[in-house]
Parts: sequence; C-alpha cells; structure tokens
Amino acid sequence: MTLDQVAVGREVKIVKVGGEGELRCRLLDMGLIPKTIVRVQKVAPMGDPIEIHLRGYELTIRKEDAGKIEVVS
Amino acid sequence: MRYALVGNQNCGKTTLFNQLTGSNQHVGNFPGVTVDSKIGEIRGERGDCVVDLPGIYSIRPYTNEELVTRRFILKEHPDGIINIVDATNIERNLYLTLQLLEMHIPMVLALNMMDEVRGNGGTIDIGKMEEALGIPVVAISAVKNEGIEDLIHAVREVSQRRIYPKVMDFCEKGAVHRCIHAVSHQVEDHAERIGISPRFAATKIVEGDRNIIEHLQLSENELDLMEHSIVEMERDSEMDRNAALADMRYAFIERVCGQAVIKCRESREHRRSVQIDSVLTGKYLAIPSFLLIMLLVFWLTFGVIGTFLSDLLSMGIDALSAAVEQALVEYGINPVVKSLVIDGIFTGVGSVLSFLPIIVVLFFFLSILEDSGYMARIAFVMDRPLRKIGLSGKSFVAMLIGFGCSVPAVMATRTLSSERDKKMTILLIPFISCSAKIPIYALFAAAFFRQYKALVMMGLYVLGILVGILCAVILNKTTFHGKPMPFVMELPNYRFPSAKSVLLLMWDKAKDFVQRAFTVIFIATLIIWFLQSFDSRMNVVTDSGDSLLAMIGKLIAPAFMPLGFGDWRVATALISGFSAKEAVVSTLGVLTGTSMSRLGETLGQIFTPLTAASYLVFTLLYTPCVAAVATIRREMGSLWKTVGIVCMQCGVAWIAAFLVYNAGKLFG
Repeated sequence: MTLDQVAVGREVKIVKVGGEGELRCRLLDMGLIPKTIVRVQKVAPMGDPIEIHLRGYELTIRKEDAGKIEVVS
Repeated sequence: MRYALVGNQNCGKTTLFNQLTGSNQHVGNFPGVTVDSKIGEIRGERGDCVVDLPGIYSIRPYTNEELVTRRFILKEHPDGIINIVDATNIERNLYLTLQLLEMHIPMVLALNMMDEVRGNGGTIDIGKMEEALGIPVVAISAVKNEGIEDLIHAVREVSQRRIYPKVMDFCEKGAVHRCIHAVSHQVEDHAERIGISPRFAATKIVEGDRNIIEHLQLSENELDLMEHSIVEMERDSEMDRNAALADMRYAFIERVCGQAVIKCRESREHRRSVQIDSVLTGKYLAIPSFLLIMLLVFWLTFGVIGTFLSDLLSMGIDALSAAVEQALVEYGINPVVKSLVIDGIFTGVGSVLSFLPIIVVLFFFLSILEDSGYMARIAFVMDRPLRKIGLSGKSFVAMLIGFGCSVPAVMATRTLSSERDKKMTILLIPFISCSAKIPIYALFAAAFFRQYKALVMMGLYVLGILVGILCAVILNKTTFHGKPMPFVMELPNYRFPSAKSVLLLMWDKAKDFVQRAFTVIFIATLIIWFLQSFDSRMNVVTDSGDSLLAMIGKLIAPAFMPLGFGDWRVATALISGFSAKEAVVSTLGVLTGTSMSRLGETLGQIFTPLTAASYLVFTLLYTPCVAAVATIRREMGSLWKTVGIVCMQCGVAWIAAFLVYNAGKLFG
C-alpha cells in the first residue's frame, strides 16, 4: 500500500521511500524514513494535498508524492 | 566575534534574533543573494554581531535558503554558530544540528520553547543532551526573553576559546560507518585545502552534492575509489545512499532523545491548532474562511486604515508642497525651478509616497498571517489549482496581494524558497489588475458601457487573470521548463505573533520602500516632469500639446493604430501612466483640456465603445508602474530581466488589445 491510499485518521509504518532527486531528499530530511510511524491527518478541501502527522509535527505533501511512499499498517 | 544564527523554519529564529539585537540590525549584503540575511550587533556586547540566516531543514544545495546558509558558513567562516531548535519538535530539528556539527565550528544549541515543553509535562535533560551532542546546550524561551543572557555567554565562551564540537560521529559501527570513514580519510587533504571539515565533505560526497564535489577538485581516480565505498555501503546496508544517511542521522537522534527527552503529552498548543484547523482547513469552511480573512485584510488595508493614513499623508504632502510653493513664489524664484520642485518632486514623489501607509498596513497583516502559521495553511488549501500552472500554493498569497498593489505583492515573493517559483510569480503579478487602475476602468465604463459597468469591471479582472494563466502555462512549457520545487511543507502550530517581530518587519518594508521612492522613483518622476514641461527646443511649454512627452506620444501613436486608438493624446496618457496608473486619467484630462466631470463626454469624441474596450484591455495588461518596476528590478536582481518583463507585458497587451479590436470589428 502507498501513503496516498491510507484513510484519514489511520496510522501506518513507512516501509520504503521512493521518488528521486530533490523531492526524495526533502522527504527523507523531513523524517519520512523507513520504520517511521505516520498518521494521515486530513485531506485538503480540494482533495489534494494531504496533511500527515509524524515525529510530533504536521507535514503536508501532495498525493502524487505520497504515492511514492510505501507503507504497512 | 561574528556568530551565525541557524535553525529550521518556524522555530522562533527571528524572534531570538530580535531579542539578541534589539533594533540594532540591518540587511546583510552577501553577493548573489536575493534572500534576506540580517546582521545585528548583540545588545551590550560591543563588536559582537550575529547573522540571521534563512530557516532551513537540511544543508542541501536546492533552495535559495539552503544555498545562502551554507555559503555563509563555508565562505564567511563565522566564529561560532547558534543553532536554535524547537524543543517541542526536537527530533526533526536535531537533523539539521547533526549536519552543522559535522562542519566542525564552535557551536551552541539553543533549546527554544522549553517553557512550552515543561508546561505540558515534558522535560529535556540538558546535561545528557550536552554529553550526547558534545556542545553546550541552553534552554531558552525567545518569546519570553528567558535564557538569552546564558546563551550569549555560552556562545562567546566557545567562540573565543575555539572549543569545537566533541561529537561528530553519529554512525553506529556498520556499513555506513565504514563508508563515511573511508571517504573522509580519502578526502581529508582536499577538504583541508579549501578549509572545510573532512567529515562534512565526506557526507556531502556520499549524498552526491555536486556543489561540494566540484569545489573539492577530486581526481577521477579518487572519485572512483569513493564511489566504490559508497556502492559497497548501499549493498551492505540494503539502502541507497541518501536513505542510508538519513537513517543514520535519525537513528542517532532517536537514541539521544530516548535518553534525554521525556516527551510531553499532546500539548495544549497542538490541541488548539487542531481545533483551529478544523475550521480553517476544514472541508467546507476552509475556502469561505480564507475569503473572509482576505476580504477583511483588504477592506482594512485599502478601505479603512490604509486609505485614511494615505489621505492624511497626501494632505500633509499637499500642505507642505503649498507652503514651499508660497515660499518659493515670495522669494521670487525662477518659475521653472518652482515647477521642478512643486510639479516634479512634490507631485511625483508625493504620489508614490502616498502608497506607503498602504504598504505598511498590508505588511502588518501579512506578517501576522505569516507568523501565526496561517500562511502555510493557505498554501495547503490553495496548492491544487496553482499546481496546474506549474506553481505551488505558496505563490498564492503574493498573487492575491497583487489585486491591491503590485509593489507589496512583488515584495512578498521573497518568502518563496525556489528561485524559479519566485521569478514566475513576479512575472504573473502585473497581470493581476491592481487597485490604481480602478479610476481608469471607472471612467471608461461610465462613459461607454453605462449599463454594463459592473460587468465590464469584472470582465477586466477576469481577463487579466486568464491572460496571466495563459502566460504561466506558456512560460511553464518554455522558459521555466523544469521541475517545480517539491511541495513538502511543515504546518506549524498556530502561535501568537510577537509584536516586536511584526513591528520590525513593518519598519523594514517601510524603509525599503522609502529608499526606493527617493532613488529610482525620484529619478523617474523627474524625467517625466522634464518631458512634460519642455519642448524640443528646451523651452518651457505653455500648451501641454507641445511638450516632449506629447512629441513622444505622437511618435508612438501610430503603433496603436491597429488597436483602434491612434490619437496622440491617448498614447501620451499611456506613457504618463508609467509613473502611476492613476495618471492616465489626469493626463487625458489635461491634454483634452476638459475638467474631470466632463472628461467622459470628451472621450466620447475620441473613442467608440469598441476602441474604448481595446484601450481598457491595453491599460489592463501593459507595463506596471515605475514603483512596481523598481521593485521587480530589486527582487529579480537583474536589469535586463526587468526590461524583459516590461517588454513582454507591453507585447502581450498589444496582442490582446489587437485581438479584442479586430474580433469586435468582425462581429460588428
């Protein structure tokens, strides 16, 4: 499963972070690395991007990019 | 001593900077930089200054902020680093700390918002933290001005006595450890030659940081050897290089936090934020509340406070100008000099200065929106529509301000971290019809489209936006082709903005604008005055139709023939509109020799409804006023690009007006 498919309010664990270049570095720097627990907090009113909660803070990423993060529940 | 203040965004860095320096600060001029970095002298410490570097999350070579920060630390060799971290969000904040430690510069960690951590039942063991990181750690609260003295003392101590961080090795024994040590051994000589720490050079090589690798001037052979170690690490750790390093850092942070941090329960601040967000980013309420907030800001700025202050200021300028005029007349000064002072300087600079209150008030609200954390939410809510034209939600606010005035709108693009997004947003702002064009629309709409007045006004705004979007799409495919900045953005907890920060920002923007008003804009208004007041033989004109400006108007008028308005007076009005858009109306009045109240009728003899529409479209889209151009020049950092933008705007305006006129002719 990828992070963009996770229902709002659910907690999942990151397995693998895909993407490339700047985007990927950015995701890793913000703490989205394997084994991190992430909760999907909210979807923006227009359906994209999403808000996630991890490591005690809130982050927003686009669904397209969330699709590159593999997770398990 | 010179210290660098480094930290994440939203960690209270600017608040700390203001506490450290008071109002004793100025914008630093570092070469090739359009991102602000301020320098200030530390209060009570003569000769010690601190540089407020832009907020970053990691030392990568991607965003403007990152480039500025790392260039400063590597090239300017600060004596010490103050690394401020948000104690309520310590894990992610320490990620940057580890990279700073690798740079091997005397450093102090300032744990900000410790009061919030304690207030929610958490705690951080300072002693264990110091031991784990090998640098002094000071708990502070920037907002409450607590712990600042201790912080200053600590950073002086490490800087004067050149006490370097004791810990630089964050990797547990294993594949990553082996690789980093092998590479840092190989790179040692090169790194020392260019004056950077081998460990920092090594991790940057592993991350594949082009910038640093080029700088190190490694031979093919050395690069191959290093690549070999890195590939080996990737194989052994079963992770690629970037993931392996991020994992190494976060694993270390988790160990440190496990020992030294007792996490608080969900904080009051966080709960409050979630509650506020249930409205402000809620599914149904987000957009209405956004519109409401922006409407309120606009109404207050342009409708109530700004206008009041602007009127007050222009009354003051008028009174001063009248007094000066009288004094000059009594003195019996040459009428040309009098005209220069009164019609040139006072009228010109005065008209621009009367924008000042609007700009200050607008930035007052903007800094509140920014500091409170709402700006990030706007970007979150508005990202989707903007992505279609290759921008992100962050550009939205700047574009919105453009409806008020292009000058603060362009100034507001400074918060965009990607150079590409910033330039593209600046390019699009002039297409958004600013409030100074309203008098022109109102005049023409009343004269030619009486029944459809509102519709015409609305249509012009929409047309501006549509043309802007069209240009964005074209630019996105051509000049600005390439990847837009990834949209990975923190949504910080809502906080009360600090009055000091808000006031300092207003002061900054006001100073910036006044400086420009008295340099570029001053010269531009003088030129326009000169062109208006003299004829080609350098005689003072009595009939404004003989002036140099009118001559130029006559010269360029044929260019507007295909658009349906070849009259020289109309063309001249467009030129004077460059000083300020309102001037189009007053110039039309002067040149046709009619009073404002009868101007509509007179225009009826020059224009047909169709040519009026064409003229309106042209004024909507052609070059921004001199104040806006000066601001664009400053933010773009290039005269040629600015000239390019002006030419592009005029070109687009001409084409659009041409299409309107000819389509109108076709359909009768």
